[in-house]
Amino acid sequence: MAAKNLPMRDALRRALMEEMERDENVFVMGQEVGVWQGTHRVTQGFLEKFGERRVRDTPISEMAIAGAAVGAAMAGLRPVAEMMTINFAFLALDAMINHAAKIHYMFNGQFKVPAVFRAASGWGNQATATHSHTPEVIWAHFPGMYVATPATAGDAYGMLKTAIRNDNPILFSESIGLYPRPGQVPDDPDYMLPIGKADVKREGKHVTLVTYARGLEWCTAAAKELEKDGVQCEIVDMRWLRPLDTATVFESFKKTNRAVIVEESLPFYSFGSEIAAQIQEHCFDYMDAPVKRVSALDVPVPYSHDLELMCFPNAQKVVEAVKSIL
Amino acid sequence: MAQDVKLTMDGTLLNWLKNAGDAVKSGEIIAEVEADKATVEVEAPADGVLVKLLAEVGDELTEGTVIAQIGAAGEASAPAAAPEPPAEAAEEPAPAEEKPTATASASVTEDGRIKASPLARNIAREKGIDLAQVQGTGPDGRIVKADVESFTPAAAPAPEEAPAVAEKAPAPAPALSGRQTYGKLPSGDDVEIIDASKMRRAIAENTVLSKQMVPHFYVTAEIDMDALMALRSQLNASLEQEGIKITVNDLIVKAVALTLRKFPNLNTHYYGDKLVRHKRVNVGIAVALPNNGLINVVSPDADRTALSAMAVHHKAMFDRAREGKIRPEDIRGATFTVSNLGAYDVEHFSAIINPPEAGILAVGSARKVPVVKPDGSLGVGTRMKATISVDHRVSDGAEGAQFMQHFRSLLENPMKLLV
Repeated sequence: MAAKNLPMRDALRRALMEEMERDENVFVMGQEVGVWQGTHRVTQGFLEKFGERRVRDTPISEMAIAGAAVGAAMAGLRPVAEMMTINFAFLALDAMINHAAKIHYMFNGQFKVPAVFRAASGWGNQATATHSHTPEVIWAHFPGMYVATPATAGDAYGMLKTAIRNDNPILFSESIGLYPRPGQVPDDPDYMLPIGKADVKREGKHVTLVTYARGLEWCTAAAKELEKDGVQCEIVDMRWLRPLDTATVFESFKKTNRAVIVEESLPFYSFGSEIAAQIQEHCFDYMDAPVKRVSALDVPVPYSHDLELMCFPNAQKVVEAVKSIL
Repeated sequence: MAQDVKLTMDGTLLNWLKNAGDAVKSGEIIAEVEADKATVEVEAPADGVLVKLLAEVGDELTEGTVIAQIGAAGEASAPAAAPEPPAEAAEEPAPAEEKPTATASASVTEDGRIKASPLARNIAREKGIDLAQVQGTGPDGRIVKADVESFTPAAAPAPEEAPAVAEKAPAPAPALSGRQTYGKLPSGDDVEIIDASKMRRAIAENTVLSKQMVPHFYVTAEIDMDALMALRSQLNASLEQEGIKITVNDLIVKAVALTLRKFPNLNTHYYGDKLVRHKRVNVGIAVALPNNGLINVVSPDADRTALSAMAVHHKAMFDRAREGKIRPEDIRGATFTVSNLGAYDVEHFSAIINPPEAGILAVGSARKVPVVKPDGSLGVGTRMKATISVDHRVSDGAEGAQFMQHFRSLLENPMKLLV
């Protein structure tokens, strides 16, 4: 398949634009998505191309954005609501969890909520304790809500299309650190990646690295480093935190008998906790070492850039974790 | 894929002779390990680059421990991984020397639990392996998959295999090691407190074990050495061109080996209700070391080895032992031992058996003494006394006496040693 090398932000823009061209029920709304062309430039050129009716600037109220998106979705539209950053989406939790994720069940299937909530997630510019969250697991906690966490430009392209065409409410998390990262993006307006399916990004036989989103970068660098010592890492990129493709994790673990889970987010009640629990529950007799986790430190993110860096995983921490269980 | 450097004996890592990143040739010495009986050199098993050192000086290691890995040349100097994103690139550089990741230690916790991964337990269950017999090489000595998969039970007898001799006697009684046995450690200006070396402690344990468990009896014989001395001069004269010198000790070892061939019961080891009769005759030779110590080197198949070849091999082995460069194969598999103090002008002595061997021959000096000649007149002759210590669980006095009789007849008719 022909492909172009694009940064993830361009891949997202292209996916969104193609979906709006394909289906006039698809529209975008959020703070600064129109005149300002999007805080992260994903909706650049949209207002000019699609007009104010389908590119709606909103007041600074996440609850209002999410609530309106739920209503529009129930009424038959396919809103793509932008949360600017995931830190602000906490304000919209009631609309997203109690309404979007539950309405289909509460109304016995009479209503669907095909809404996509895009949110930029992550840290790295000294945004400190309140603006450096990667809390996707909070949404993944609740049945009824799907959570997408792409790690590459190509995946982001295929997953956003899948999310927009899916009838369930989906939190679509975009890692801020990955927006400028280039990757191969297929030239296919119907390129759809299956919902809830993980991807083995690298094959290996000594240890399984389970990760998602930005963790893939650290895992890939660590795998290259470890390869020099003859250690072959298999990298499972989960892509979706819900539905969670544990089958792929188990299959890999049964081959390698060891796992290191790499998550950008906090360690308590986390992605790593969940994967580790599932591995011991389903692969107990295949375990040759304890399951290790590499997570952010369990602290409020500090303002100092050096301390900020210390808080988060990196390739070296992954290398050390792998070596500790070999 | 890197190749493991495994220890072939238990011991303490004394010294690395190579650093991580050094190129090594197969057979090159990369480390020294103080084993129970000697300082042993560890050779590189293959050409390549020492990519990883997995043990530190002072680590107490067990047989089978992987202490290093050798990779293909160039493996260690491969270019750095793909560029990191800037945020990570600014971080501290990777440490040049890696932390050891797999130092082995006991797989049994203080409360007696065996540390093994669920997978290792599962495999052990399927294969019927007793995990208590397996040495763990995982982090903190945990038994992992590789350990159970490579495990071969030691119990099965392997008669024709090279040294099939157990290192230690079965079911040893608790050894009297540890100074608490002797009360409070003296102190003050009048004494110097010295740490007992590993070898000292091993000798202590083995001799205590032997004297406590093995019922020794002793048979001494006096041997006329004149014919042997004459033959030795003749042999050495003929071998001078080749630079080979046969010693009295070489001839004694040969005589012991041939005698053992005739008395296989004394080449037998006691294992409770089973006796292990060795088909090979490997004669251990006690060698005194310069810094107060003792090591038994082994003359393999001494009954079948030509005297000249034996002389060369013995000399090389003794030199290695005295220089502290003994090889594992030099000290393995003895089935009977000779201890010769002839060089120190001793009349005779008796020796302590090395369990599980059935006997040891203590050899005194060949000395000029007054003798009664066959015709009844007095004269001067060369005589040597030798004393065999025998494990009474294996053999009895009469057999010990017959052994000495045959041994003496070989030395007194030394042409028999050559044919």
